[in-house]
Amino acid sequence: MRLLLSLFLVFLLAACAGPQLRGTGDLGLIIERSSGHVTLVDTSARQPYARIAGLGDLSHASAVYSRDGRYAFIFGRDGGLTKIDMLEAKIVKRVIQSGNAIGGSISQDGRIVVAQNYSPGGIKAFDAETLELLSEVSAEYAPGQFSKVVGLADTAGNKFAYALFEGGEIRVTDFSDPRQPVTRRFPAGNQPYDGLVTPDGRYFLAGLFGEDGVAMLDLWQPEKGARKILEKYGRGEEKLPVFKMPHLRGWSVAQGKAYLPAIGRHEVLVVDVATWKEVGRIPVRGQPVFVMARPDGRQIWVNFAFPDNGKIDVIDTLAGKVVHNMEPGKGILHMEFAPRGENVWLSARDDNKVVIYNTESFAKLGEIPADSPSGIFFTSRAVRIGF
Amino acid sequence: MSPNKLGLVLLALSCASWGAEPDAARQKELVHLVRQDCGSCHGMTFKGGLGPPLLPETLRDKPAEGLTATIYYGRPGTPMPPWKQFMSEAEAAWIVNKLMTAFPE
Repeated sequence: MRLLLSLFLVFLLAACAGPQLRGTGDLGLIIERSSGHVTLVDTSARQPYARIAGLGDLSHASAVYSRDGRYAFIFGRDGGLTKIDMLEAKIVKRVIQSGNAIGGSISQDGRIVVAQNYSPGGIKAFDAETLELLSEVSAEYAPGQFSKVVGLADTAGNKFAYALFEGGEIRVTDFSDPRQPVTRRFPAGNQPYDGLVTPDGRYFLAGLFGEDGVAMLDLWQPEKGARKILEKYGRGEEKLPVFKMPHLRGWSVAQGKAYLPAIGRHEVLVVDVATWKEVGRIPVRGQPVFVMARPDGRQIWVNFAFPDNGKIDVIDTLAGKVVHNMEPGKGILHMEFAPRGENVWLSARDDNKVVIYNTESFAKLGEIPADSPSGIFFTSRAVRIGF
Repeated sequence: MSPNKLGLVLLALSCASWGAEPDAARQKELVHLVRQDCGSCHGMTFKGGLGPPLLPETLRDKPAEGLTATIYYGRPGTPMPPWKQFMSEAEAAWIVNKLMTAFPE
């Protein structure tokens, strides 16, 4: 009876306390690419808690977070930029910022959101609070020639690094004065297709499609210019056709080595980040798309291009080889680790669900229904460089 | 490829395009392949991405045989890969025909 009474009192108190307070550190969202929805998830409960409609064409959509993890900024393929309140589970602002977009990033101080666009090619900076357009930088690389922008990444000092696919350049735009951006250009190589910044924010790497190699810029010493690493890693071998471009976003730097997808090969390239020399190649079961390190760097998870997009290979970085194969679903498009890596969420597009696995035992922990899920983005990205 | 050989290929492709349509189940597979996997470069709604748009108005002035050959053999020097291991020439021609008119959802 006393227990019942105390429970009743607790209930009464809770009812009087108004809205329940809640942090954002264990929240996230799943992009549902074909229906313009996002599903909001709680990564501790491993359950969805809300679903939001009306985000437009979300094929290839991505998201970044405000520093407090409360707001998500979602970049849609149709140029839509949508700001979502993760706690109130609603859209707070939405603008159409271009005709064809590919993603975006948020500044070190959290005040500027920058979108990267295919057409018209360039980047645009928005006030993170209001989504007011602050400035834009065109991707004109020769008179009248405009390039698609790829690989946009935030770096220190409200600078953003990115690459031009047709232009063959790496660029660094400084938004210290957000209305008067200053851009530096660095010749990079043939057809950069994506880019990443290392976890320390020092190096920007752009993968090259038009040649075997990766362009690298030391952001601490940009005056030295971009140089090529892993040059001619194919050494004249015939390339396999590439049915999907690899993605470099996400940290694939672990234990002093960078793990990168090889273009046109069923391999993951291993590079020593002290010397930037190739130190190994790991055979995998398809053409890698995402090569992502678990947050502790012990494992690297790899998904693949069509027709191998139902497979996942797990590399143990200590053993230097694949230690686990799995087929967790059809059309595995993306993966996201829990903030400390104890489990991983995988989107199975053609099974219309997200599946959750324990990364130590590889046991399946659960699944969440979603309509053609693609990207999965957790609020832990809010505090990381290059996410 | 010699001009003669190219001519033969184009002839074969255009003949193939007159052949029977893929059956309903196969059509469904092809539609899924084009929307999802071609869509990863050309956009799920074909408005373009890293690859060019595949909308009827952007394809209108291009010969169907050339487009079929692009799907089947790829385009060297660009990221467009050959898709011949996943479909027949007739199926590539069917895809082109649908893209140039109205592509099924």
